[in-house]
Parts: sequence; C-alpha cells; structure tokens
Amino acid sequence: MIDRKITQQISSAEDLAKVAAEQLEWQAQYQHRVFVCMGTACQSVQSGAVLAALQTEIKNKGRENECLVSPGGCQGNCASAPLVSVPEQDLLYQTVQPADVEEIVDALAGKPVSRLLCDNKGDFFSKQNRVVTNHRGLLNPESIEDYIAAGGFRALLKALAEFSPDNVVQELQKSGLRGRGGAGYPTGLKWSTVAKARAEQKYVICNADEGDPGAFMNRSVLEDYPFRVLEGMAIAAYAVGASKGYVYVRAEYPLAVERVTKAIRSAEKHGLLGNKIGSMSLDFHVEIRLGAGAFVCGEETALISSIEGGKGLPCPRPPYPAESGLWGMPTLINNVETFANVVPIITNGAEWYATIGTPRSKGTKTFALSGRIINTGLVEVPLGTSLRQMIFDIGGGVPDGHKFKAVQTGGPAGGCIPEEHLDATIDYETLMELGSFMGSGGMIVMDDSSCMVDVAKFFMQFCAAESCGKCVPCRVGTAHMHDMLDRITKGEGTMEELGQLESLCDVVKFTSLCGLGQGAPNPVLSTLRFFKSEYLAHIVEHTCPAGVCAPIGQDIRRPTCALSP
Amino acid sequence: MRVVTLKINDQEMSGREDEDILHVAREHGIEIPTLCQLDGISEWGGCRLCLVEIEGSAKLSAACVTKVSEGMVVNTESERLSGYRKTIVEMLFTEGNHICSVCVSNNNCELQDMSSDLKIDHISLPYRYPARTVDASHDLFIFDANRCILCTRCVRVCDQVEGAHTWDIAGRGIQSQLISDLHQPWGESDSCTSCGKCVEACPTGALFEKGKAAGEMVKDPKFLVYLADMKAEKS
Amino acid sequence: MSVKTRAIRKIDAVKVPSDDKRWLIVAAAMRKHGSAQSALIETLHSVQSSFGYLDDIALAFVAHSLRIPLSKVYGVATFYSHFRLKPQGKHNCVICMGTACYIKGSVKLLQKVDQKYGLKVGNTTSDNQFSLLEARCLGACGIAPAGIFDGRVLGNLSPALVESQLDSWLKESTANETKSPS
Ligand SMILES: Cc1cc2nc3c(=O)[nH]c(=O)nc-3n(C[C@H](O)[C@H](O)[C@H](O)COP(=O)(O)O)c2cc1C
Ligand code: SF4
Ligand code: SF4
Ligand code: SF4
Ligand code: SF4
Ligand code: FES
Ligand code: FES
Ligand code: FES
Repeated sequence: MIDRKITQQISSAEDLAKVAAEQLEWQAQYQHRVFVCMGTACQSVQSGAVLAALQTEIKNKGRENECLVSPGGCQGNCASAPLVSVPEQDLLYQTVQPADVEEIVDALAGKPVSRLLCDNKGDFFSKQNRVVTNHRGLLNPESIEDYIAAGGFRALLKALAEFSPDNVVQELQKSGLRGRGGAGYPTGLKWSTVAKARAEQKYVICNADEGDPGAFMNRSVLEDYPFRVLEGMAIAAYAVGASKGYVYVRAEYPLAVERVTKAIRSAEKHGLLGNKIGSMSLDFHVEIRLGAGAFVCGEETALISSIEGGKGLPCPRPPYPAESGLWGMPTLINNVETFANVVPIITNGAEWYATIGTPRSKGTKTFALSGRIINTGLVEVPLGTSLRQMIFDIGGGVPDGHKFKAVQTGGPAGGCIPEEHLDATIDYETLMELGSFMGSGGMIVMDDSSCMVDVAKFFMQFCAAESCGKCVPCRVGTAHMHDMLDRITKGEGTMEELGQLESLCDVVKFTSLCGLGQGAPNPVLSTLRFFKSEYLAHIVEHTCPAGVCAPIGQDIRRPTCALSP
Repeated sequence: MRVVTLKINDQEMSGREDEDILHVAREHGIEIPTLCQLDGISEWGGCRLCLVEIEGSAKLSAACVTKVSEGMVVNTESERLSGYRKTIVEMLFTEGNHICSVCVSNNNCELQDMSSDLKIDHISLPYRYPARTVDASHDLFIFDANRCILCTRCVRVCDQVEGAHTWDIAGRGIQSQLISDLHQPWGESDSCTSCGKCVEACPTGALFEKGKAAGEMVKDPKFLVYLADMKAEKS
Repeated sequence: MSVKTRAIRKIDAVKVPSDDKRWLIVAAAMRKHGSAQSALIETLHSVQSSFGYLDDIALAFVAHSLRIPLSKVYGVATFYSHFRLKPQGKHNCVICMGTACYIKGSVKLLQKVDQKYGLKVGNTTSDNQFSLLEARCLGACGIAPAGIFDGRVLGNLSPALVESQLDSWLKESTANETKSPS
C-alpha cells in the first residue's frame, strides 16, 4: 500500500501544523485520489480485492506517481457496497468489482464510468448534515498522518494550551451536547460532576458496546474515526482530571477493535496519547477491553464490573459512576458518538454547535437506517429532523410497493411509531412522548409484511435472553411476557391474558433494577398503544393480518395432528 | 457521620447518613418486606420486595440499598407497592417448583411467610415447571434447586463470611442456576469446608441438613450479625 | 468421584496443563494484564481464540493462575454468550438475528439450515463439519440479513446463498477425505 509514515514525536501545536502541512503537500503531489470504502459492509463484498486491484492497475499503467488509492470509510449507503469515490471529480461508484477497475482508472480526469455511477447528489446525501462523520469516508481510517492533515488533534492541543479544564467543561455545557448512548443526559453536566469529585485516580470510559440489534452507528464511527474518538476521550480526561481510559468494544466488531488498537498504538508513538501529551501536563493512557456477548454490559454499572473482570451485573444507582465507578473511583462514561462530538465542539466553538438542532436537543445524530427501506445505511441528520424526512426523503421510502407500517427506534427499550406520527421530530423529548426512545440510533422500518405482535415477541425474546437475572421482575417477568406473546401469536391467547400482560408490563417497568428491565415492556406497550387491533385479530379472530404467524386469512392456531401435513 | 432527619410513613425519625432506609425504618419499628437482604453480608438489591416510594422521585427505590438523606419523605406501604410485591412473589413461586407440604422448610420458610404476609391466596401467573435437580452428594447437606429463588444469600455468605466462595450463579436470565465450583457435585467441591453457613443463610428449603423430614428444618442466620460485629471490632 | 472432578483436581497454577504450545499464549495474556483477577475475561478470550472453546481444564487453570474461585470463573464463562464450553465444528456459520436481519427474514435462513442439515442454533453437525450460531447484530444491518462464515461477514443472504456456502464446506471435506483416506 502506498502510504506515508511519519516517525516524529509531536510536542507542540507547531509540530502538529508542520506534520499536517507536509502530509497535505505529499497528498497534493498526486493529481488523482481514489478512496475505496473499507467499512464492514463493503469489506463483506470484497472491497479489499477492489482496493488491491486498483493499486495493481495503477502500477501496471505506470501511474503510481499521479494516482493515490487509499482505504476510506463508510459512505453511508452500504447497501450499494462496495463503494469507490473519486473526490476531485465528485464521483461515487457503486457495486464495484475488481474487473471494473481498469475502466475506473482510465476514467480518472476523463468521462466517468456511467454504468457504475451512484447518485451522490440525491436526497440521501444532500439532506444530511455531517458533523461527526464529516469526512464522508474520504479519510484513511488507519493513517494518523491523514487524520492530522485533516485537522486532527488540533482540538486536543488547543484545549491543553488555551483552555483550563474548567473552560472545557463550560464549553461542553454551552454546546448543549447530550449523551448519545440513549438517555440524553447533558454531557457537560456529567463532566462537571466527575471534575468536581476528589480522588487520586479517575477514569474515562468510552462505551462502545452498542448492543442494540439493528444499530451500527458506533461501529462505523469507531471504524472510520478511531483517532477522533480517542482525541475526544483525551480532551475529556483533561477536563475531568483522569489519567487512564478504557474503550469497551463488543467482540462482534473485530474491525473496530483492530482499528482502535492500532490507533492507540500510533497515537502513543507520536506523543498524542501517553505521558505528557503534546509535551503538556496531560498524562492519559488508553486500553481496549472486549465485551463477550452480553447486551446488559452496555449499561454503565454493568460495563464497569465487566472491565473489572466479572459478570456484567448492574448495580443500583446511586452511587453514580461519576462519584464511584471503576474500582470505586470517579469515572466518566460516555458513548462513542458523544466523544466524537467533542472534537468539532472544541474546534468550532460551542456557539456554532448550539445553532444545530432544536432548543433542547442540540447537534446532529447518526442513525442506522435499516429494515424495509430503500436506502439502508448510515446517515447523520440534525436533531429535529422529522421522521418522515428521514424515512421518505433520505431513506427513499419502502420498497417493492409495500406500505409503511411503523418505524422502530430505541432498540429493545424503544417503541414502534406508526404512520400518523411520522411528522414528529427526532429529538429526545418527542420520541419519549411517543412511547419510544432515542436510544443509540437504530431506526428499523417495517412495512405491511411485519406483524406487530410478532415484533413485540421478538424484542421480548431478546430482553429475556439478555436479562442478567439479578432481579426477579426482569428475570422472571420477561420470560412470562415472552410466553404470553408467544401464545397470542399462536392463537392461544385470551383477553384475560392480554390484561395480565399489560399489568406485567407495569410491574416490570417500575420494579426492575436497571434500564434493561425497565425498558423491556416498551415494545409491548407501544405496539399495544398503536396496533392494538393486531393483537385483537390474533386473540379474537385467530388471524394474523400481516401473514407472519400464518398465511393471510388462515387460522393461526396450530393445526391438529390429523390435518397437519 | 452526620445524622439526618427524615419521615417514613408520616413518622419523623433520624438516622446516620450512611444508613439505608431499610435499617432506619426497622430501628423505628417499621418493617419492610425483604428476601435477598440479610444482616451480616453485603446488600444485593435483587428481589425488589423492599421497594418504597420516595417523594419527589418518579422511580421506586430499593430500601436495602438506598441511603437516607436529610428531609427525605418515604412511604413504604401503598396499594401500588403491595400489588407489585405480590406479583414479584408470584413470579418466584412460578419460577421454581414449590410443594410446601412435603418441604423441609414448611412453616419455617421466608418465601412462604412472605406470601402469607402479603395475603397471596392464589397464583395467577402460569407455572413454568422447570426441570431442576436435587444435589445430595454432600455428606451433611442437600441442595434442592426446585426451591431456590436465586437470592444469592448463600453465595455471599460463603464468599464474604466463610471465605470459600463455593457457590456462584451460572448462566443468566431465566436460565440462571446456582452451581458449586465448576458445576461439580457439591460433595466433591474442594472449596467447601462444610461449615453450614449457607444452609443457615438460605431463606427457603433449597439448602437443608440431611435427615430432616418435612417441616423440620429451622434456620437461624442471626450468628452472622455477631460475626460481622466481631470483624468490625477487630479492624 | 466424578471424572470431571478428578480431571479438575489435577490442575494447578504453576504448570500449564500440557505441553501444548497454545498454553503459552494464554499464559502470556495473563501476564500482560499483571495476572490480576481483572484479567479474567481477557484471559478467557485468549483461551477461546487459541483452543476454540473453554473446557474444565482450561477453566481450572485460569482460576488457579489468577487466584479466582472456581465457581466464579464458571459463572463468568457461562454469563457471556460469546464463550463456548463445548468444542465447535471445523467451520462456523453465524446468522444474525438482530432486528434489521429479523425484519429482512433471517428466520428463513435458520429454517433452511435446519431443514437441509438438521442443525439447530448452538449445535454442531455430528461429523463436526460445522457449527451453527446466532448473533445479536453484526453491525452490518445495512446489508441485512447478514451472517459470518468462518470469520467473513456476508450480507444480503438468501436461503440459497447460505446453502451453497455450507455445501461448499461439505464438498471440501469430502474432497479431503478422498485425498487422504485414513
Ligand atoms: C440495557 C442497557 C444497554 C445500554 N447499552 C448501551 C450501549 O450499547 N452504548 C451506550 O453508549 N450506552 C448504552 N447504555 C446507556 C449507558 O448506560 C450510559 O447511559 C451511556 O453510555 C452514557 O453515555 P452518554 O451520556 O454519552 O450517552 C445502555 C443502557 C442500558 C440500561
Ligand atoms: S433489570 Fe434485568 S438486566 Fe437489569 S439488573 Fe434486573 S435482571 Fe439484570
Ligand atoms: S421453599 Fe418454602 S415456599 Fe418453597 S416449597 Fe419449601 S416451604 Fe414452600
Ligand atoms: S457449607 Fe460453608 S463452605 Fe460449604 S458451601 Fe456452605 S457456606 Fe460454603
Ligand atoms: S440456595 Fe437458598 S440462599 Fe442460595 S440462592 Fe437459592 S434460595 Fe438463595
Ligand atoms: S461500509 Fe462501505 S459504504 Fe458503509
Ligand atoms: S431486600 Fe432489597 S432488594 Fe431484596
Ligand atoms: S441486525 Fe443483523 S447485522 Fe444488525
């Protein structure tokens, strides 16, 4: 791979500026640059082979001094993978195969290869506002040089040189940034609590457990912007007075683990992590910890006990991790995207950030659009965007002539929002009022081919399987609720049982120890609120209107033995 | 340690700020139902029976793990709370297999007492009838998983008081089960000292002495408090 | 005394359980984390990636080496669904059952595997050719339904695609057998 590596330590803002200038100069020697997406989705359809083929092709043509091919990040529209972009021509090629590379190379500076063109001016791209993912995939995620050339680590050195820790916290408070891990707790407020706590040792933890099924924003941000997440963590460490940090990533994300591990190493090598960062007062060491397949470990107290080497069992709060967290020390724990937002806030200022979004929900949010929707993928929009814009403008609506039924947000603790509420805006409060939840940003679209009772059962099965078992209502209650939903989908449910299901929802919601149990009833409550008729169809008429539990019009009760095929 | 004043069920009282609601209430004669809590070992917060309402908070709080604070107004009894408690106890009955009449702990069982205190006259949730086993490999004791409510009192007492850590919970969620060592028969456990503390600490008929007939097993875990006090005195 | 207990009693912390080189990797992983109790999960990860699963011997060795009670190690190993206590097949097929994949019909993929190979989630074919697992979400929801075949993420799966992938494993194994009859 053609790559430029620097060896020097960076010990001042001047050093950083020099490295950036040199890297830009080096990049400028090349007339043409091509980026091949090396995200998870693209790699799964062999974008690695496309990258290699492009490099060989350029070499064979003797053009290696004018064309530079780099691995890039996710373009967002992963469904069209593998994607290749040519920024100077403002072109995006989709579903590229190794056999296509000759044409692509020949077309550099010439006429584009029209049969591979992806419409990168359409609503999917133009209606987004990219703050966290602002490089739009045009950045080599493994190159610290490219990150620095793109302005990386400037925010960290600026904070260290020009801000007191207090100033940083104030800046965050002014920005209005709220936690992107789900609940939307004001980030500046959390930072100030940890900063105020007095202790010998404090920790910063990046929550990259992203357990919501159907959500992959954090994976993408970690894969594409590992340095930015680390930079955000370092700024946080400076603000709260921590010297040690952990990135807790789920083991199902091997690429993210690899990229973060490499990024830590290369930042350390260049003096941008470790002791005396940028030759200034901050010492900050970061380690990576792997999850091992337990959704509950995304809950902060469970995550902490997992880092300590034990089971991920949640603990009652208070005390909050900000007062007593990892090894009993004050601990700042934020989501990947929260940390990634810190860099643009410090770079561009809190006032700028606060202009994006709504009065109570500032900034942008990344979402993973998936399910029954034309443009699946990763998108970033200002908070306050309406669900309709998201699903029909950006997402392109529902494919194959089907009819939109609901959008599920907030993961297993979230809810299903129906057509009549599509004009609601995406922000913490509005989603909550609709019985759903911002969550980490999964947005799964369902059409008339989904049965909402079946969907509720799916989530309940998830919660029951992921319940840690520590507290009775969640351990036993989710199992009972799952069985009840299962009976309903088989036509064995009764109205009396439906009432019992509703009252169990109430018990589990209000008596469970942690957010998993407290949120587990939400998919049932929200489908009962908006799609009660589907429950009734199953219970009273023994039919499944969506044709999932049995073909449309057929009885969903299990046929008796004599009749069964 | 600062002393704070608070109100529990309209009664004014005071407590140290490092005390939890449960103990301050108890000192003043107010009983809050508990199952996983046991004096002399750490708190767990898992059974959720001790949930109480605190004025100004939308959430319910577990009294055994919530510290008192100045001006706190607590309510330990309400229709809503007793409804929740009943359902939770029903959940415990349906989770295992309990046949009181043949149980060694009949009439001396905290789970049974709880159901009569809460006036539970019938179980409306469906029984789950899990397939569970009885481990009689130990010379002195028997573990009957059918009656285990996963309160972890045995786990904690064995770890924190005896220092053996023979027990732990394997699996998670509804699949959770109590195991000894590497899921070996209790009698083959190298860590167990046969001290019997777990048996005394167990609130139900899940752990009992060999040779007891129905209704004969009476437990008394009060010694744990003396041990804890002695430990505190020494350090 | 059970066979299990006898085997476990032979293990101590000083010596690695056998001269299998892979134990050195495990020992190195423990050392890297200062052989502290907090290294448990990282150590189990290294055992599983070296040996493919965690058996009683490995659990006992890790417990003794890190000075953690046996039952606690067992508790942790069974709490996390990533850890496997049974040996796995030569090949590994993971089907995502996360929301996005579920909505896009991943159930049909599992049904296909069950129908054609009589294999349910969590099990391994009787000839140890492959294991079938399910995952929560691979973070590849954009190309749902997705799966992992021997470590490689594949998207837009159809029952036919899964079938052809599994068949290719079976073919490869019969090919190997004819090459080296044993
Ligand atoms: C069951 C459960 C799962 C969670 N999973 C995640 C997760 O995967 N990622 C995450 O960032 N936060 C998750 N959270 C929220 C965290 O507990 C915590 O609030 C968050 O990491 C705080 O970061 P923030 O303030 O930046 O949002 C989860 C919470 C619960 C109750
Ligand atoms: S609510 Fe569920 S996940 Fe949370 S502590 Fe209770 S049992 Fe565990
Ligand atoms: S443990 Fe208690 S509730 Fe269970 S059978 Fe025995 S006496 Fe009855
Ligand atoms: S008898 Fe003593 S050592 Fe043995 S399991 Fe019970 S508490 Fe632990
Ligand atoms: S055996 Fe007894 S003490 Fe131990 S968890 Fe079960 S019910 Fe609780
Ligand atoms: S992974 Fe390549 S576009 Fe998303
Ligand atoms: S006694 Fe408080 S939760 Fe069990
Ligand atoms: S739900 Fe299957 S990859 Fe996310």
